Amino acid sequence: MSMLHLVNKSPYENNNLSTASSIMQGGDELLLIEDGVYGAVKAGKASAMLEGCTVSVMGPDLAARGISEDKLADGVNVIDYNGFVELVEKNDKVQSWL
Amino acid sequence: MAEETKKFMYINRKAPYGTIYAWEALEVVLIGAAFEQDVSVAFMDDGVYQLAKGQDTSGIGMKNFSPTYAALGDFEITKIYVEKESLEERGLTLDDLQHLVWEDEDEDWAEKDSIRLVSRAELGEVLAGQDVLFNF
Amino acid sequence: MSSIEANGKTYETDEEGYLADLNTWDKDVAAVMANIDDCELTDSHWEVINFLREYYEEYQIAPAVRVLTKAIGKKLGKDKGNSKYLYELFPYGPAKQACKYAGLPKPTGCV
Repeated sequence: MSMLHLVNKSPYENNNLSTASSIMQGGDELLLIEDGVYGAVKAGKASAMLEGCTVSVMGPDLAARGISEDKLADGVNVIDYNGFVELVEKNDKVQSWL
Repeated sequence: MAEETKKFMYINRKAPYGTIYAWEALEVVLIGAAFEQDVSVAFMDDGVYQLAKGQDTSGIGMKNFSPTYAALGDFEITKIYVEKESLEERGLTLDDLQHLVWEDEDEDWAEKDSIRLVSRAELGEVLAGQDVLFNF
Repeated sequence: MSSIEANGKTYETDEEGYLADLNTWDKDVAAVMANIDDCELTDSHWEVINFLREYYEEYQIAPAVRVLTKAIGKKLGKDKGNSKYLYELFPYGPAKQACKYAGLPKPTGCV
């Protein structure tokens, strides 16, 4: 059973990313959307929480916030809306950390 | 009737598109500029993200209001404080932000920097010297 | 929703006569809007209208009247960058009236 964990808030605003990344089981995936994408910036403190996690981020949300892909932490996968749908289909459950 | 000029400070602490705060704050700042007070704007915590360069909202169906920050100088808002600790924590430097300037009419429209990079302690002192604080 | 006809085309506006979508703007609708106010657009009017469109394109807002006056003064010269000149061109208020003809929303800070 795999789970897709969704985070849509900045990791500097609340602890959603911290909770999500520490509760994840092997085989789970993390998807950062909206303000959640700030967590994927390599030079930011919060990116340390992503270590060991399979992480995707929404490309349109990155572009809106002026974050270029070369600023992302290593291994982070950039997806579009179709990729979002694929992730939801691929995993058995979706957990939104609202 | 000479009214006393007050020191107004608008404090921005939210990222630009996740909530409506950033855009609402910007509108309030622009409207407030008509009252000819001594206005400053501060960006701290996630508010520093508002000034990020290269924003392109075409993929999320929202208005990109980042070009409007460059108009603040025209509205005679020339003191824009950006907190250093907030930038550092987020892995940002001033180079990641828009270069905001104002033009000094008295010096043949010379361009001057609007952004003042300050530490949290320095920002605290600036806040202490204000008459009215608005939080967004 | 109200609308304006110009040259056989229909343009949607809000209740105050500002264009609903600034991308639908063209010179014909500007001239018709001016006619409704008994105003004929001259080159001097167009200078201000074009300036406003460029300003909006760059900053995504319409300038307040004080900002407009100053910016016009810088771009078109001191003799034009004053309220007297701009009010003669746009008696209903330079920011409001000129923004309307330019197809922009009502300026921020205008009541």
